[in-house]
Amino acid sequence: MHLILFLVFAGLCLAGAINLLLQTHPINSALSLIVVMTSLAVLYLLLGAEFLAAAQVIVYAGAIMVLFTFVVMLLNAGREERTLGSRVARSIGFPAVVAILAVIATVILHAQGLGVARLGDGITTTDELSAVLFTKLLLPFEVTSVLILIAILGAVALARHGSGDQAERTGEE
Amino acid sequence: MTILWFILWSVLKVAVITVVMLLAVAYTVLLERKLVGRIQNRWGPSRVGPFGLLQPLVDGAKSFLKEDIIPAGVYRPLYLLAPILALGCSLILIGVVPFGDPSVELHDFAVLCGPWIASLVPRGLYLFQISDVNVGLLVILGVTSIGVYGIALAGWSSNNKYSLLGALRSSAQLVSYELALGLSLVGVVLRAGTLNLRLIVEQQGTRGFLSWNIFGGMQFVAFFIYLMAAYAETNRSPFDLPEAESELTGGYHTEYSSMKFAMFFMAEYGNMINVGCVATLLFLGGWTNPFGNWFGTSQNILVRALLPLFWFVLKVFCFLFLYVWVRGTLPRFRYDQLMNFGWRWLMPLAILNIVATSLWLALR
Repeated sequence: MHLILFLVFAGLCLAGAINLLLQTHPINSALSLIVVMTSLAVLYLLLGAEFLAAAQVIVYAGAIMVLFTFVVMLLNAGREERTLGSRVARSIGFPAVVAILAVIATVILHAQGLGVARLGDGITTTDELSAVLFTKLLLPFEVTSVLILIAILGAVALARHGSGDQAERTGEE
Repeated sequence: MTILWFILWSVLKVAVITVVMLLAVAYTVLLERKLVGRIQNRWGPSRVGPFGLLQPLVDGAKSFLKEDIIPAGVYRPLYLLAPILALGCSLILIGVVPFGDPSVELHDFAVLCGPWIASLVPRGLYLFQISDVNVGLLVILGVTSIGVYGIALAGWSSNNKYSLLGALRSSAQLVSYELALGLSLVGVVLRAGTLNLRLIVEQQGTRGFLSWNIFGGMQFVAFFIYLMAAYAETNRSPFDLPEAESELTGGYHTEYSSMKFAMFFMAEYGNMINVGCVATLLFLGGWTNPFGNWFGTSQNILVRALLPLFWFVLKVFCFLFLYVWVRGTLPRFRYDQLMNFGWRWLMPLAILNIVATSLWLALR
């Protein structure tokens, strides 16, 4: 049962990712990305990470991708023009991708102590997850939140800068 | 054998509950038209059936029979997908809501019919909840956030400026108020220590309405934040800017006709019911008896099954009544007022509520 679900959603995830690259219309690509995100959430759920699955849907599919589609709509981005790709990209790009994938694959295959997760292992509850986050991993957790705060402050600073200029300009006039 | 029973039972439950939900949506529309009529000193629908009770069925038939127009300039795949997405997200939520006492099983009823049938029906087939999910609250928030796409894609794919403006307003409003909504629920989760809706309700059932989260849990601030954010989330008056008729002709569903328009309409009323269900579960004690054990508890299986259902429906009905009352009373917000209210008042207030609740829980 778990294996069937895994195959279905892994297939959906890959199909979404390939479709994302092949589509020429930005909104179709954005929607394929949503398919990828939600099928990833199902894969997390199959590995027993229910909180992560829900958070994946709420944060990535629900919030971040809404902003993506928002931008596509506001700019009314049109169809991409299909180019045949430059010769450099084809002669260097493909071998480089294969090399990188090979390196990553060997590193993962040789890595020890990464821990094991099997399909249908049983569910890690939110209690257990938060206990780990707020005791063992407290420092990385807080540092990450500071990092996000810095990004928010940066965005606010950029946005305020623009409107401040405008106010000065209208004041001069 | 039990797996087969489980699948059959689930399919049956889903089918019945979907039909009930659709009927509830239809009659919520009638309730709104009747009540708003009375608020405005007129009768509301009164011609079809006694007291106009058959009006929703006639309206449904009308939507089916109307001509389905697809304008020439639309982006077809998304134009067709959008109403399905909107209605699907609004109907799917009831799947995690415990709307009656979830410990009542089919087996309890089979026992009444005789020992032979009781031996046939296995235990564990619960009546009043489709699925008991550990992170039920997060599932609700997740599905709600996916529901935004229905509106956003409808507006964009219609290729019409009013639709696009309506969709943009709506998505901006939903994203802004989802924050306040999510934060207002954190207080409840902190108190309950779980995200499971059934357990959250059971913790509120010990001393009648005194142990509801809104009274005994001191979450009334959170409740009012939730109430206002919920009005905005469902695009209802006084936050109905996405479909402000005087400014946008119809908002995101301007270009939709026939059953596709009706699907958006049903999605909106379905979302009202969902929001009412969530408010009932989290703040008003869900299916539990507001009088607790004051009048004793009955052992009769029929009473045990139907009384919680009655309380749940009554609470949701009160919430829907309030919705319509507000719509009949308050004028629409201006757009900048809406955004200011959401970001400068509701969100800081929700964060303060979290801090206060955590302090109270820590120092208690």
